[in-house]
Amino acid sequence: MADPMRIRATVKDGKVDVRLLMSHEMETGQRKDARGELVPAWFIQNVTATYGGRTVLSAQWGPSISKNPYLNFRFSGAKLGEKISVTWTDNKGDKRTDEATITAG
Amino acid sequence: MNRQQQRRTVLKAGSGMGLLGVLAAMGLLPAGEAMAQQQWNAGAFGARSFADAVKALGGAAPTENKGILITAPDIAENGLVVPVGVTSNIPKTESIAIMVEKNPNLLSAVFNIPSGTDPFVSTRVKLAESTDVYALVKADGRYYFTKKEIKVTLGGCGG
Repeated sequence: MADPMRIRATVKDGKVDVRLLMSHEMETGQRKDARGELVPAWFIQNVTATYGGRTVLSAQWGPSISKNPYLNFRFSGAKLGEKISVTWTDNKGDKRTDEATITAG
Repeated sequence: MNRQQQRRTVLKAGSGMGLLGVLAAMGLLPAGEAMAQQQWNAGAFGARSFADAVKALGGAAPTENKGILITAPDIAENGLVVPVGVTSNIPKTESIAIMVEKNPNLLSAVFNIPSGTDPFVSTRVKLAESTDVYALVKADGRYYFTKKEIKVTLGGCGG
């Protein structure tokens, strides 16, 4: 399984700022290896962030998102000390879910 | 093949099922969630023109709108890692897509913005060469876009 995500969620005036880094090759399928053979595409396709059982952001990605993807978004209505959960799934069916506690901004 | 080898082959096949499939089979994932995780718009991600990508995302004839702001450098030294942020000031923004005109496939990402989430996302994308980057916004059922040119010193594909 892939390495954990690094998630930072900070709340200020009821608004949560979420910044995260995922660990993934994000191989485009366009690159050739040393022997001149195409390296198969391998990339995160779906990302979902949830808070308190509701989805606060969902995304579909293609292979042109940079290696070790970075994502920043903001949502309202969350409280200090509660948890946000983020899940990604890649085109090989690998999947990873990580949580972060919302801290003061 | 003796009995033991057969058993190993079966176990091996089972382990190739993938975690998601195993979890779903064990009933640990609600069927709905499992399906939502699988959704990926192959048609849109395979599109090779802006018009085709918009169409595959369910839109038609988007209008240019200055209420969408792309935050990105004018010149990117490394096309492999180009920060791109999109902010929509259009009321009832439902989704934001990022497209790179001169990449082999235009569409980089589509974000669904539920109510309660700011109409803003920021990420990093690969640019094959100097290109226009499009932000497509769906708001109240209509489609809008803006674009920004980014010059690339070192391309982000091939190599």
